[in-house]
Amino acid sequence: MRPLRSYADPHLAGVCLGLVLLACFALTGQGLGASGAFASVASGVISNVSPETAAHSAYFRSYLQDGSPWTAWIVVEIVGVLIGAAVSAALAGRTRSMFVRAARPSAGKLFASVAGGILMGIGAALARGCTSGLALSGGAVLSVGAWIFMGTLFLAGFVAAPLVRRLWP
Amino acid sequence: MNDLLIAGGIGVAFGAALECAGLGDPPKLAGQFYLRDFTVLKVMLSAMLTAMLGAFWGGRLGLFDSAAFYVPDTYLLPQLVGGLIFGLGFVLSGLCPGTSCVALAGGRIEGAATMLGLLAGLLLVGLAFPAIESFYRATPYGPLTLQGLTGLPYGVVVALVTVIAISVLAWIAKREARP
Repeated sequence: MRPLRSYADPHLAGVCLGLVLLACFALTGQGLGASGAFASVASGVISNVSPETAAHSAYFRSYLQDGSPWTAWIVVEIVGVLIGAAVSAALAGRTRSMFVRAARPSAGKLFASVAGGILMGIGAALARGCTSGLALSGGAVLSVGAWIFMGTLFLAGFVAAPLVRRLWP
Repeated sequence: MNDLLIAGGIGVAFGAALECAGLGDPPKLAGQFYLRDFTVLKVMLSAMLTAMLGAFWGGRLGLFDSAAFYVPDTYLLPQLVGGLIFGLGFVLSGLCPGTSCVALAGGRIEGAATMLGLLAGLLLVGLAFPAIESFYRATPYGPLTLQGLTGLPYGVVVALVTVIAISVLAWIAKREARP
């Protein structure tokens, strides 16, 4: 296999990310986000499958009240993320269709990815944001909740890491 | 329409910045929790410092109204518990919601698996919401900021966070320079 091209310096990439966040604040008054797009799409799916179920939950309703959940600001932003990352990876020669953790996808490791996603979905819903929307964007405007979330997420990550050591050889 | 053009443009730049940093690569992200790759902390702290200082000085110089920037509401217990659950998921996936999209865009199958999990987790919360709503709304403090909590002036909090963040980055650099 050809080696992947190396990444940019993390400090420099971080400054660029910070400037994108600042531009987002200046243009829209709000920060970046990610988990909200998944919540919006989940609400859209439920309202198509079972409108009564969606109406019964104040959580789904909150994503359905301002127009279509499929064209919410944050959903369009995440479509942009997919495009921007795909173009950047392709231009830099870093695209490779693969399962990174093993030569072949193993059911156990694929399950770990899905389970991690489920837990992060629950955590982000309770916290009202994820690493992008709450930790980074809220942290930059010095929100107390953002710093609490950042602290407990790293705490849990460091405590749990030795227990799932075999996932990351 | 104009709003959605901005959303798409900001998203493209956001995705490209994450991809360039290497944050579409699960072992790299998980490596943070084993103290063998500090990319996550370096990118997050550099980005947060840049945006925080930009918002502070841009507001001071009258470039924009940073006092109107949206500050997320604080809900002490839900955010504390949410962070713990989220951190557990982060180390299982080696990705977070934004970076799962970057991973998929770079051709990594774990990205799609994590995205499916996220949708399932948020569906579960929505379905169980009547049962958990009282906890979801517990301990509200509104848009509380560190300067509001401590009574210190905005500029002092910005200076303190800057000193702490740069100290952490310097500690990481020193640790990595060791043979």
